[in-house]
Amino acid sequence: MNAASQLCRRIIPCLDVRDGQVVKGVRFRDHRIVGDIVELALRYRDQGADELVFYDITASVEKRSVDVRWVDRIAREIDIPFCVAGGIRDVDTARQVLNAGADKVSINSPALERPALITELKDGFGQQCVVVGIDSVRVADDWWVRQYTGDPAAMQETGRRTLDWVAEASARGAGEIVLNCMDSDGDKGGYDLSQLRAAKALTDLPLIASGGAGAAAHFAEVFLDAGVDGALAASVFHSGEIAIPDLKRQLAGQNIEVRHATDNIR
Amino acid sequence: MSALAIIDGGGANLGSVRYALQRLGTEATVTADAAEIRRAQCIILPGVGAADVAMARLRRLRLDRLLTELRQPILGICLGMQLLYEHSEEGDTACLGLIPGKVTRLQPAAGLSIPHMGWNRVHVHRQDPLADDLPANAYAYFVHSYCAPVNRHTMASSLHGRSFACMARAGNYWAAQFHPERSADTGRRILDAFLRVGSCV
Repeated sequence: MNAASQLCRRIIPCLDVRDGQVVKGVRFRDHRIVGDIVELALRYRDQGADELVFYDITASVEKRSVDVRWVDRIAREIDIPFCVAGGIRDVDTARQVLNAGADKVSINSPALERPALITELKDGFGQQCVVVGIDSVRVADDWWVRQYTGDPAAMQETGRRTLDWVAEASARGAGEIVLNCMDSDGDKGGYDLSQLRAAKALTDLPLIASGGAGAAAHFAEVFLDAGVDGALAASVFHSGEIAIPDLKRQLAGQNIEVRHATDNIR
Repeated sequence: MSALAIIDGGGANLGSVRYALQRLGTEATVTADAAEIRRAQCIILPGVGAADVAMARLRRLRLDRLLTELRQPILGICLGMQLLYEHSEEGDTACLGLIPGKVTRLQPAAGLSIPHMGWNRVHVHRQDPLADDLPANAYAYFVHSYCAPVNRHTMASSLHGRSFACMARAGNYWAAQFHPERSADTGRRILDAFLRVGSCV
């Protein structure tokens, strides 16, 4: 942790949304229903989650927009920040999602289709609410960006190097990068530290690690070794394998600055 | 007429402030109407985006002058806080001048991400109705790249590269750099205290 800041490392449960339900699959496949969106959001908020990401996994692929009704339901209930991802491909849709109460919008495939969207969103709503999500795979000795990853049949190569895209997204006005390392996603073998470290070295923006969390030690190492600002995970939280209060106690024990949520239980 | 007005400066994200107040049992009116703002018992000036764009909007809506004439409690949130100061480095913008001091950019450094995004500690410097209910280990949620200096108007500070004002007050003008509506218990206590100060509950 940098001595000149008391900014807390963020623990971010990711809720994959399909047809208004939270689902989870392994390596983006075989999704099964985990529970109701608002119910899970409140549970994570009470446990001390620092932020939530709701990712509409089908909207990007099927070229649908996010259903803002569930965004509004969440915004009425929770008092921690949340980000909505999936199906936001223009300024108007982003405005609807932000007006419904989301704090940030995350764009992935639409930013690859049309990188100018990043700047349009920044100019429209400010850098702070523009998150660029990147799905990345290792090929040979490098990392490459994948597109339309919500559906295995639709997934495409993009011809973009991951690190080039991190740099370009930063330059175009992103406020935060979520780097999803697909090779480790669902494996619970730990975050891809070398890839995250390489990405962090390229940008001053907050970087969020995604893909591979299986144990509390994985969170500690991604903060200490890769220097990321936040760590995102889904299945270990949904299954109850890792309880957020326990995780934060362990991180605090390793001198990692985290928010203690003991005063936040309603 | 609502007791509480949220000033609609044209930016997005007004919903979350309104919902936070609803959770406290207060219905707010989101408005850019001068008469309605003048009549409100207390006022929130939210804001996201850039200072120059936001000030231009307030001027276009003829709310800049009005904001300086109000006598009821006003709470500026995030960019709304920065607009209450004299000047912002963002777009070299003359602001409302209601709280002395100039807003400057946070400087990037090794291990220091910009924007300053996430939960940080709130160190309370002095007694104030809005800060008196906060626990010693209060955390709040921040999203910003510019910040106000620590000076005699600072109620509370946070540390990110340097110490900056995260809460300030000059007379009937209060300000929070973080987002109370997204700061869980800390935010609830501050908004609740503001509503009590303004007799809006």
